[in-house]
Amino acid sequence: MQLESLYQEVILDHYRHPHHKGLREPFDAEVHHVNPLCGDEITLRVTLKDSGGAGPVVADVSYDALGCSISQASASVMSELIIGRTVPEAMAVQAEFLGLMQSKGQQQPDEEILGDAVAFAGVAKYPARIKCALLGWMAWKDATAQAAKEQTDD
Amino acid sequence: MTLDVARIRKDFPILDRQVRDGRALAYLDSANTSQKPRQVIDAMNDFYERHNANIHRASHQLGEEATAAYEGARIKAARFIGAGDEAEVVFTKNISEGINLVAYSLGNARGSLRINPGDEIVITEMEHHSNIVPWQLLCERTGATLRWFGVTDDGQLDLSQLESLITDRTRLVALAHQSNVLGTINPVREIADAAHAVGALVLVDAAQSVPHMPVDVHELGADFLGATAHKMCGPTGIGMLWGRRELLEEMPPFLGGGEMIESVWMDHSTFAPPPHKFEAGTMPIAQAAGLDAAIDYLAETGLGQIRAHERDLTGYALGALGTIPGLRLLGPADPGSRGAAISFTVREVHPHDLSQVLDELGVAVRAGHHCAWPLHRRFGIQASTRASFYLYNTQAEVDTLVEGIQQAQRFFGGT
Repeated sequence: MQLESLYQEVILDHYRHPHHKGLREPFDAEVHHVNPLCGDEITLRVTLKDSGGAGPVVADVSYDALGCSISQASASVMSELIIGRTVPEAMAVQAEFLGLMQSKGQQQPDEEILGDAVAFAGVAKYPARIKCALLGWMAWKDATAQAAKEQTDD
Repeated sequence: MTLDVARIRKDFPILDRQVRDGRALAYLDSANTSQKPRQVIDAMNDFYERHNANIHRASHQLGEEATAAYEGARIKAARFIGAGDEAEVVFTKNISEGINLVAYSLGNARGSLRINPGDEIVITEMEHHSNIVPWQLLCERTGATLRWFGVTDDGQLDLSQLESLITDRTRLVALAHQSNVLGTINPVREIADAAHAVGALVLVDAAQSVPHMPVDVHELGADFLGATAHKMCGPTGIGMLWGRRELLEEMPPFLGGGEMIESVWMDHSTFAPPPHKFEAGTMPIAQAAGLDAAIDYLAETGLGQIRAHERDLTGYALGALGTIPGLRLLGPADPGSRGAAISFTVREVHPHDLSQVLDELGVAVRAGHHCAWPLHRRFGIQASTRASFYLYNTQAEVDTLVEGIQQAQRFFGGT
């Protein structure tokens, strides 16, 4: 039985007790993403804060989501990981996670970069579930790009 | 006489497969696509190994044989759904294409068939997206209005709306013979009679009925009926649209191209009579041979027997699923008024997580909205899990399903 390797305790914990869930104000950008395969959906808000020389920082990520344990836990772990980082740092974490998910299970997860998100390594072996794990991450990237653009435009 | 399921299973090589960590496959996803018997696989191999050529235009023996195989499948398909005239059967790649064919053609028609602003198309809340989206697009193109039959809490069409929905503005009523989610078998004849009384046409999506029970287009009162081979033991890539001949004759073509013409000039073209008017380009020929073999297989097994077997198995499954606390059945509880697709939700376990646990046990089900998003919204849910049965399924497989659901409840329920 490989269930335990897919559904690691970290994932189940975040699923049962999601972090940063619930939409908060203020926010710079809000997006709504849907997984058309299964109907899972997420509304996600991003707040950026200018930190001077290091560029904008991800001050807050809040979300409201409906979906399976993988998509819920992934959004929770992601928020935990990227709040407080600069946008370039957070984008690098997102890229690392995306690479892991697309690696067909061949890539060793880098715990230095991914922290608790290494628990999702097993998901990469199940093509049908990769989109579940990526739902929150793609929504965050989209929202952050919009928020950053707003700031540049201002 | 009951089905000899053990013997039937021997005809389906894939059912011997093991999946994941050496689990026996319990394939409970036939409403999605059915498995294929050796007879169908052999027929397609035989076509490719001995008869392969293009049809209607190859001036050699192989071309004659390929044409005979393709047109022979059309005759068999027509008989299978009670149509006397094989020219009324258009081969399509699937039902979606068949429904789009009707929707585009009626939108482009010039005479009395044309859909105009103010006209109404009536569909139902339990339709598959394939019987929703083409009508939404038609309404956008023409200014017609889309109206919907609601669904009752127990998963039936709300027929109390019949008189208010079907009026002299109604031009076409499109509905599923059997819901792909709820399993509900709809009273197509009653609705068709009401539609015809106001001069409207009736299109029946028979994806989930033609594979599982005897279907007769005339008894249903259909003007159009779509079915697809891959859900009835045949190959993917070929479906059929049956339409009354006078309608097909009057309707303009859908796709233009080779083989659908009578004559082509630089400034215009004229078209072949139906069904060829609607079959542009090289068609799925080997797939037609596979469909022919699938129809033989189902006919020899007996649609009545298949229906009886599935009814028994559905009754058994509904009983077993009913004992699981927290399981909510979508659709009718009486196996006599429904087919063998059973959708449900399980408290505290998301359908995707449930299907993952079942997959580890070798049980193949479908999780999600099953291409019926409006229906899921109607029931206030985002997704469901669907187990669907066919002639080769057994009570033991239902038992494995039930064990898997209980295991998932233990795994995810511990909050």
